[in-house]
Amino acid sequence: MQKLLQRYRYSVILLKQLVKTDFKLRYQGSALGYMWSLLRPLLLFLILYLVFTVFLPVGKGVPHYPQYLLLGIVLWNYFAEVTTGSVAAIVGKGDLLRKINFPKYVIILASSFSALINLFLNSIVIAIFIYFGHVGISWNALLLIPLIVELFILAISIAFLLSALFVRFRDVSYIWEVVMQAAFYATPILYALQRVPHEYAKFLILNPMAQIIQDARHALIGPYALTISDIYGGDRLIWLIPLGITAVLAISGGSYFRARSKYFAEEV
Amino acid sequence: MSDEVAVEVNQVYKNFVLPHERVNSIKSLVTSAAKKRAGGSSEVQHALKDISFSINKGEFFGIVGRNGSGKSTMLKILAGIYQPTSGTVRTAGKLVPFIELGVGFNPELTGRENVFLNGAMLGFSQKEVEAMYEDIVSFAELERFMDQKLKNYSSGMQVRLAFSMATRSEADVLLVDEVLAVGDADFQRKCFDYFRELKKNKKTVIFVSHDMNAIREYCDRAVLIEKSELVISGSANDVAKEYSKMFIETAADTGSEPTAKTKRWGVGKIRYSKVKVQPTVISEQPTLMITTKAIAEQDVEDIVFGILIKNASDQNITGTNTQLQGKKIPLVKKGDEIAVDWEIPNIFSDGKYIVEPAIVFADGEVCDWWEEATTFTSAKSHTTPYLVDPSFKISINYPDKRTSKGL
Repeated sequence: MQKLLQRYRYSVILLKQLVKTDFKLRYQGSALGYMWSLLRPLLLFLILYLVFTVFLPVGKGVPHYPQYLLLGIVLWNYFAEVTTGSVAAIVGKGDLLRKINFPKYVIILASSFSALINLFLNSIVIAIFIYFGHVGISWNALLLIPLIVELFILAISIAFLLSALFVRFRDVSYIWEVVMQAAFYATPILYALQRVPHEYAKFLILNPMAQIIQDARHALIGPYALTISDIYGGDRLIWLIPLGITAVLAISGGSYFRARSKYFAEEV
Repeated sequence: MSDEVAVEVNQVYKNFVLPHERVNSIKSLVTSAAKKRAGGSSEVQHALKDISFSINKGEFFGIVGRNGSGKSTMLKILAGIYQPTSGTVRTAGKLVPFIELGVGFNPELTGRENVFLNGAMLGFSQKEVEAMYEDIVSFAELERFMDQKLKNYSSGMQVRLAFSMATRSEADVLLVDEVLAVGDADFQRKCFDYFRELKKNKKTVIFVSHDMNAIREYCDRAVLIEKSELVISGSANDVAKEYSKMFIETAADTGSEPTAKTKRWGVGKIRYSKVKVQPTVISEQPTLMITTKAIAEQDVEDIVFGILIKNASDQNITGTNTQLQGKKIPLVKKGDEIAVDWEIPNIFSDGKYIVEPAIVFADGEVCDWWEEATTFTSAKSHTTPYLVDPSFKISINYPDKRTSKGL
């Protein structure tokens, strides 16, 4: 352990400072400061809530729809923040890369941790809604921990891949923007999977983000949220598909980033 | 690698592939792949060819070379920023590069926060920076400003803070680029004091420069890189001599006339048409002659002719003008050609010098300022590593009848 710490000492020191800096800079110059970390998701959520319960009752019949919606939005926002934010992260640090040699993965790791801090702050908002919404919490809620780990790995793997690709191909940012827009609607965030024809639902749920969001809702809010196994008639092995996709992304993203990172300084 | 060696560079090659049209969109990747098959459109630039040298522990080692020689690429490979195409670089212990001061400084953070951020870049933990924080601040003389944002600092203050951080770095090998020694005279003195201290403490330092005086003064050994290859490796003095010689071979003595590439500015009205230095390589001659010709584009009066001589590190060595010399220029008529000749005593230590002539109005408005109009090189049999080298006459008197010749 001591040896491991020594080896990664520089990375850990850098990581801490970069996350701290990022957090300090985020709300700098705003009067309410850190309050915005809570206020922003709360206000954005209020808009969605008004649109989708009052004007367009998409969530009619979904028990605890506000909490259901909020949880989906928060998890999705984390994913969007990490991946979209990372696309230009390496190129954005080009100036630094050309002047000092440091482990490049720290840049991506730092933005992931910053987003994670945000996710925890957002969880406070969810907790408030869950408390006032009289949602019964069971021990199942503990399943959120492995789900967050999966989400973290999924998002950072894609971030590694995109940021390294962007150094060579600037098209990546536009492509990813479109992909994210499509994925937002392909993922059951606003709607319940029950309303999607079964054969499509079977396909949509294979997306790891859909699996994570549905599992989280199932664990926290209740069985109305269909998990991947519910859709495939109770087959538990089906979980291996989204998990496998995540693993493949992790390996390919990680190894591509590792191989390219030596040349970032020359190519950015 | 033996215990004595701090850095070993072994047959390092570095190629840069320069696509004629950079492939940075997927479409051009597809089209350029097709082009490549059709005949290829990229060009390989050999930035370094077969470079080998080793630096011993406790040595002050110089890397010299002209701009574009591959010197900076070598520096970046040593710092681990670039990867060599082939060959190896091995470093014993931690190498800290100072290619620029204040790496990672963020203008939106306070001075204090930047100290911690830059400290992390240099590998110091929060606790370690806290322990030396007071020293860093007092050395930079910025006690009152640490809670202000960096963007409100003057550039001098920023450099002071960054330099104060740099002197704290605990590295086995320090890599120092000459850009460090920029700034005002006071700061340069501080830098060189720091170099002297490093040398005294037997630190391993790699110093990259094209200022031969600095190389001679601080370095034990040096290498010269020219056109991507290692030309000579040896004592600092030998390398500096070889470097100065390169300019003798390339210096032309026809004088300069303005071309399209000439860097000049000013309102015009009267401009220089020719600048010439004789001789372009000066050794023991007592004086140097700069002849200039200027042509008036319209009638002008109250003008001042001036000349400025800079060394290779962009320091102003000397200069004067007709106003300082108490010479008033009468009305100049349109089309007049004025010849101004400047005779300067040979006070130049070895190295390359840049001559900049200028014409200004007495109120300060610039008519013509011709940057880097021409150059000359000083190559003496004995020189000093300092800024100027006027001819000294030394007499030594011994108590007995010995003569200095007999020693």
